[in-house]
Amino acid sequence: MKGFVMTLLPELYMLVFCIVFLLLSLRKGREGVYAWAKVLSLVGLVVSLVSINARDSLVFGAYQVDLFSQVFKILIAYGLAFVIFMLGGKDEIEEAYLAEYFMFLGFSSLGLMMLVSSAELISIAIALEVSSYSLYVIVGLRKGQRTVQLEAAMKYLFFGAISTGVMLYGMSYLYGMTHSTFLVDIMKALPDFLDKPIGILAITLTCAGFFFKLSLFPFHFWAPDIYEGASNATTTFIATVPKVAAVGLLIRIATLASSSAAVFVTILMVLAALSMTFGNLVGLVQKDVKRLLGYSGIAHAGYVLMGVLAMSRDGNASAIYYMAIYLFMNLACFYVVILLSKTGENVSVKDLAGLAKRAPLLAFTLAVAAFSLAGIPPTGGFTGKLFLFTSAFKAGHLSIVVIGAVNTVISIFYYLNLVRMSYSQEAGVARPIKLSFHEKALCCVLIFLVLYMGIMPYGIMEIIRAAV
Amino acid sequence: MGDYLLMNPLNFPILSTAIFVPVVGAVLLMLLRGETAIKVLALVTGLVNFAVSLVLYAHFDPTTHLYQFGEFSRWIPSYNINYVLGVDGITIFLILLTTILTPLCVLCSWTAIQQRVKEFMFCMLIMESAMVGVFCALDFVLFYIFWEAMLIPMYLLIAVWGGPNKDYASIKFFIYTLFGSVFLLVAIIAIYLTNGSFSIPEAMFKDYSFSFQFWVFLAFAIAFAIKVPMWPFHTWLPAAHTEAPTAGSVFLASVLLKMGTYGFLRFCLPIAPKASAYFAPYIIVLSVIAIIYGGFICLSQTDMKKLIAYSSVAHMGFATLGIFSLTIFGFEGALLQMLNHGVTTGGLFLCVGIIYERTHSREIYDNAGLGKITPVYVGFLGLFSISSLAFPGTNNFVGELYVLIGTFTGHKVAGFFSIVGAVLAAAYMLRLLKQITWGREDKRSIRDMNVREVVYLVPLVILVFWMGLFPAPFVHTVEKTLVHLHGQLEVFFR
Repeated sequence: MKGFVMTLLPELYMLVFCIVFLLLSLRKGREGVYAWAKVLSLVGLVVSLVSINARDSLVFGAYQVDLFSQVFKILIAYGLAFVIFMLGGKDEIEEAYLAEYFMFLGFSSLGLMMLVSSAELISIAIALEVSSYSLYVIVGLRKGQRTVQLEAAMKYLFFGAISTGVMLYGMSYLYGMTHSTFLVDIMKALPDFLDKPIGILAITLTCAGFFFKLSLFPFHFWAPDIYEGASNATTTFIATVPKVAAVGLLIRIATLASSSAAVFVTILMVLAALSMTFGNLVGLVQKDVKRLLGYSGIAHAGYVLMGVLAMSRDGNASAIYYMAIYLFMNLACFYVVILLSKTGENVSVKDLAGLAKRAPLLAFTLAVAAFSLAGIPPTGGFTGKLFLFTSAFKAGHLSIVVIGAVNTVISIFYYLNLVRMSYSQEAGVARPIKLSFHEKALCCVLIFLVLYMGIMPYGIMEIIRAAV
Repeated sequence: MGDYLLMNPLNFPILSTAIFVPVVGAVLLMLLRGETAIKVLALVTGLVNFAVSLVLYAHFDPTTHLYQFGEFSRWIPSYNINYVLGVDGITIFLILLTTILTPLCVLCSWTAIQQRVKEFMFCMLIMESAMVGVFCALDFVLFYIFWEAMLIPMYLLIAVWGGPNKDYASIKFFIYTLFGSVFLLVAIIAIYLTNGSFSIPEAMFKDYSFSFQFWVFLAFAIAFAIKVPMWPFHTWLPAAHTEAPTAGSVFLASVLLKMGTYGFLRFCLPIAPKASAYFAPYIIVLSVIAIIYGGFICLSQTDMKKLIAYSSVAHMGFATLGIFSLTIFGFEGALLQMLNHGVTTGGLFLCVGIIYERTHSREIYDNAGLGKITPVYVGFLGLFSISSLAFPGTNNFVGELYVLIGTFTGHKVAGFFSIVGAVLAAAYMLRLLKQITWGREDKRSIRDMNVREVVYLVPLVILVFWMGLFPAPFVHTVEKTLVHLHGQLEVFFR
């Protein structure tokens, strides 16, 4: 029993986390909920760090606890803690729902943690749904808006349901061909089918569920609308944490096809190229910062796929590394958005004007994050891209590397626009933005992480390489 | 450690010191309050780094072509990326040029920069660090990081403290240079996958297939041609130069442009020798076009900064011409030309900055007729102008002479046309000088130069004459490296 608890510590802890907030939501008063959330999410981070060395295989191998999954759990716990700390307090979510909000965030994280450990089709589907359903609910929880958040929630629900359906459809093919739902067995049987259309179809459709989470073209339609409609903190979560987990599972599924994968790789390559080109081109004309980041996320889904389609250890490791840095640079961007909109409204690119004068630290945070998203050294975005490009090139996919490189140049235009607005434009009324100590500290932590992962990738990269 | 590196004879890592002293200075700046204190600290940092580079020069051994003051530590072992630094004859003076210009630029911004002084000095020092890093790095990734990291402070220098059209100029600068660099990155990865290492010296003089060399050369050449800038990639330069604050213009002209020609010497020739020989005629044609085109455009300029910017296109044309003449004289001339251009054009931009502070105009007409009003100023401007047109006795004369000798040995037609360009240089610089000195009759009250301004121009004046009258020590220091490079290339061409 004790061993069981120790292996599943992060998941069990998240469950406790949810139950605590379930109980808190039954209370009349709402005081102290936010403080509890901060403390508990930090403890969750510590718990996930402590259990990095847990190794086990549960439920006849359907549930794998290995370094791979534990690394992802740490990233998920990081993301959750950051999102909770970033939450602007009472202005974004109706105070009455705050406890439920945290509960659903917790459930979603729990689902994602289960997802990265799942090694069997049904567990994957269930874990994915646990995480998705909680998100469908919290997208609608936004204060001070009438319809936009409901529209976003509905869209998210429908797109999510469709992509889950597509995924289950693909899984049924996989089961039909290989007579097993266990990834290990599928991996053994699948190579015989991979040169037939049915094999390709099955594995591509199965990936659709994760493409959806990752907002990869052509499963990206939800992203900009949901980013715009959901509250800033919710968007921050949706834009970062589920994507990290999706990449984890994508890697697990893609390794199924690694033995003879020419057609599958071609499909991934086309999707990656379309995704980054489409995301960046549409990103050029965006006015709303969150929408802009939505398209930027579509483009980055394309970048990260470059690591997956290399079908090598290096490639997978660089994809994970890129997701880690993606987490932090996006958190930094969204944090600036959250702090700028004190009443929870959306921030347009124009609102950034004069930010360097109003709040130098915020402008700097945004600049570091934007340059990192664009992939300019010495930020983490560059180092991550270097690894991705190298592994894709190593696998012989020069064309996708060139497309990625050209896309870097396209994307710099709108990332630079964020920096340009905040540094070289003057605001009409330049009210300085006062930051509290913990807001300043959080900005500094994010800047540090983005720069650290750019300059010193060594230690983190070694852990990730050991995990894949 | 590779056998291309010579151990550091000093008991401290001098190259890392030269790179990170400005960073430390910049961080300390952030803790200070009070503009004077910030300026003084920035100046002191610049001077300290200059002193460091003087120590570097004093211990530099001109009798070897190897990389000296070597530093090597592992950085990202799984990708064989290392922190490797070294200096050879090509880079020693470029580093000195960078470190001497930084304190001068701090001085020239003393009163010109009124807003956000702290951030300005921060950007300047970070720039210095990145520029020194580019010249020291012997690992492709390290090089690329410095190369790209430079864009950010330079962008901010233009975008925040620039002129009225700064928005357009800064974005154009950034996107143009980034466009070149991404192909550089792809080429770097290609070389890594071939060699299994990101080491620059280990990638040199390998027997790559011609098609590999062809593509690598092209990818490199786009990045470097944009940086130089060669015709027809020069369009970002006039915009950026014109809008940048004086210190930014000086950095751009004197150091950033040199990175393009440095790249040709350090990467294109040794890594892709066959492709270099194949492409040399084309690049020579582009260089000659740049020389003549730049000259004619200069003749029609009414904006002083634009004129100097276009004259840079022409002068850098001489540098690329020298490099791709593929002769020793050409190499030496190109390197001298790079240094000369750094000194002279830096001086000219400083001069424009001085007058701009007084008249708030860069138009030649607004600043005309200063001969009687500000004689000292016109004296300095005249000196840098005649240096810029390569008057015998000044630094540019030596550089252009070497380049022309190198060009005439192989490409007589190109040599002939570049002489036409040299005549054009005389025409447009003398026109500028005439206008500024005697162009208007009316009396205005414009303050002549103060001591601070004289102080930051005098070092450059000394260099103009030193390199013009006694070029021997400079040539001697760089000779061994360039002769070795040429010898290695000969092996490939035979």
